[in-house]
Amino acid sequence: MKKFKKTLLSLLSLLAMATLNPVAQAAMEDDPTLAKVMINQLEHRYTDGPDPLVLEGEAWIGKDLHKAWFKIDAARVNGKTEELEVQALYSRAVAPFWDLQVGLRQDFRPKPDQTWLALGLKGLAPYWFETDVAAFVSDEGQFVLRGQFEYELLFTQQLILSPEVTFNLYARDDKKRDIGAGLADMQAGLRLRYEFVREFAPYVGVNWNRKFGETAGLARAAGEKADDVQFVIGIRAWF
Amino acid sequence: MPFVGDHLSFTRRRFVQGVAAGSALLGLGLHAAPTRAEQLQARLGPKVLSGTRFDLTYSPLKVNFTGKERFATAINGSVPAPILRWKEGDTVTLKVTNNLAEDASIHWHGIILPSDQDGVPHVSNGFKGIRPGESFTYRFQVQQSGTYWYHSHSGFQEQTGAYGVIVIDPKEPEPFTYDRDYVVMLSDWNDEDPSRIYAKLKKLSDYYNRRERTLSDALADIDKMGWEGFLNARQMWNEMRMSDRDISDVTGYTYTFLMNGVAPADGWLGLFKRGERVRLCFVNGSAMTFFDVRIPGLKMTVVAADGQYIEPVTVDEFRMGVAETYDVIVEPSDDRAYTIFAQAIDRSGYARGTLTPDPALTAEVPEMDPAPILGHMDMGMDMGMDMGMDMGMMGHGMHGMNHGGMKMGHDMSGMQHGGMKQRLPMGSGPAGYGSKRPVVHAPTEYGPHIDMRADAARYRLDDPGIGLRDNGRRVLTYADLRNLGKTPDPREPEREIDLHLTGNMARYMWSINGVKYADAEPIHMKYGERLRINLINDTMMNHPIHLHGMWSDLETGDPDHIPRKHTVIVQPGARISYLVTADAMGGWAYHCHLLYHMAGMFRKVIVS
Repeated sequence: MKKFKKTLLSLLSLLAMATLNPVAQAAMEDDPTLAKVMINQLEHRYTDGPDPLVLEGEAWIGKDLHKAWFKIDAARVNGKTEELEVQALYSRAVAPFWDLQVGLRQDFRPKPDQTWLALGLKGLAPYWFETDVAAFVSDEGQFVLRGQFEYELLFTQQLILSPEVTFNLYARDDKKRDIGAGLADMQAGLRLRYEFVREFAPYVGVNWNRKFGETAGLARAAGEKADDVQFVIGIRAWF
Repeated sequence: MPFVGDHLSFTRRRFVQGVAAGSALLGLGLHAAPTRAEQLQARLGPKVLSGTRFDLTYSPLKVNFTGKERFATAINGSVPAPILRWKEGDTVTLKVTNNLAEDASIHWHGIILPSDQDGVPHVSNGFKGIRPGESFTYRFQVQQSGTYWYHSHSGFQEQTGAYGVIVIDPKEPEPFTYDRDYVVMLSDWNDEDPSRIYAKLKKLSDYYNRRERTLSDALADIDKMGWEGFLNARQMWNEMRMSDRDISDVTGYTYTFLMNGVAPADGWLGLFKRGERVRLCFVNGSAMTFFDVRIPGLKMTVVAADGQYIEPVTVDEFRMGVAETYDVIVEPSDDRAYTIFAQAIDRSGYARGTLTPDPALTAEVPEMDPAPILGHMDMGMDMGMDMGMDMGMMGHGMHGMNHGGMKMGHDMSGMQHGGMKQRLPMGSGPAGYGSKRPVVHAPTEYGPHIDMRADAARYRLDDPGIGLRDNGRRVLTYADLRNLGKTPDPREPEREIDLHLTGNMARYMWSINGVKYADAEPIHMKYGERLRINLINDTMMNHPIHLHGMWSDLETGDPDHIPRKHTVIVQPGARISYLVTADAMGGWAYHCHLLYHMAGMFRKVIVS
């Protein structure tokens, strides 16, 4: 585990170096090593209870067809990190619009830690659906199928409405983490952003979280809601 | 919706239009406010150097085209570089000194010379570029006349100002007369570091496209054609995941377009006396921009293409691919000013100049045309859906077509599977008519690096191209180009080489036959042979393809008057053929002249 964190840290610092030093990109090299950091969502979610601050981001470093790819999902509530999931992947182009991604996923929060093998397919589906479908197998024998889909609807060149859906399917119950087998949760969002420049856009939107089946039952039993609609405000940025 | 619309913000306007030449002068070391005379001087373009010995020096130069000071890569303190005036038959000596912090080079574009003088580092025989602080002396005999240009072939220097015009006066008088001539060099300036532009394109390939389809476009379409019609029309694009608004990779969003180094805010100035015949030597020295050129109120008689005389054609407008040159004659008969209007192919901006008998007079600047939208034909698809729309342009420019070789558009029934192969009486593909080979895609054209293959790529010589079809003006097409004299080398080609221009737009990868330069074997030509090169464009962009050292004898349907070019536009989804006489020994560059395509879409040619 320590080793994983260390590797991750060194990869991330490499990424930062490559990003901060664009001039090092050799002039006129066909396939220079580049790096991109994307903050897809950095947002405040307004809920009935304490409001979470949520980060969903990605970064890559590499060449046209081969990249090291990182993903992060985090949520902080009341100054405490309640969710922290990090993925470190090797991403390889396998079709004009698709990359195959394999690597590790580490859930640091909620406790206890969980380590997963990840295998995903990320790309642009026909009809312009940004798609990220991944399967995860954990060290505890859990199996998860996750799908993320996003679409962009342009009102103008700068005002963009973006619906998105994420779901998680679990192979078995995980009582420790209040998860039941089957379709466990789904999140549907609708965000309206304004791109001042391509790289920077504040947005507002709504987010609908819904738990299903056994997972919903466990949530209700714990006194939580299985269904929650949140107003969100945040920024999207990349460089 | 159009990005350049009525509601331009001030900063946006300044960006597209640039700033007045007075401010651009700041870079030239004139710190006091420029006088009227100085402002006028700055609008006259670069100065002319003539003779047989030239000293050219690269150094950084502070310029201001947009309101921001930037460093340009200047030659002799000038952007564009000085105009070089040579004489056919002379031996010229050009000492090029590099005072930059990086390697530099000069390539003499379109000039026939020995390989070791061609100036492409690591491709031209023995040439490794010019190191900082060092000089290289080029020396060669000038064997041709006409309008050409020169530019750096190192890094992205061409984008940052390292380009200039060459005009070569002929030994024999020209077959046309004129009272004065002007060089009109078009280029695209940007304040960003070019390596950043390249990186941005790799990270988000439509970064500079500010004309994507919006909801209101969709609603307008649904209004016009109903839901079903709309869904049908969008189907191909949605399945291919490509944008029909994808015309230029880099646009007026970052570019300020220059004419002879002057931003459109006031524009280049050319003076004439009433009744004079004026020769305008147009050169597109851009990194990435195709221009459509016209002079409202004047007919232009095109007398030379890529420096070589053609049978004169009188037109209202012509398109210039990057690196092409055209000489035109105009006869302004009124005592008024005329605007030379060069709009970028995607209509995201324009360069302009004024032809006037009096510097105080200005002419109206026309509105830009609507931004073009790609159709199925531009994607090399069969013509089923767009026929009604695209047939109109087939009517004109058919002269020289009566052998049937390239006559297209009147018999679409045989066009479904591979363009030319059906019912075209081309025998073994005689010189002048193009190839009769079917379009076949190599196995290397399949994979994550390729997003499109044009299965019905056709010869479209009489197609003026996207955005110029049926615009009510007489637009020059390649079918109009006929060499003024007899075909210089009337031999039949001994063999053919098929080269597919390929890429993946979303990943911003470019290649030939699916193989990028870094992984490619050179193309070998046998000294003295006559061969045909067939270019098939498997992308949705126009590519200007440039062969160094040897002419590209463009097959436009008349074997007796094959025009010679050095740069040939291959339209999206189209094919085109030319003949090459391999009469120049050594290593030569062969590539797409769009600067950010070039690293991948490149080959070394070896003649031995």
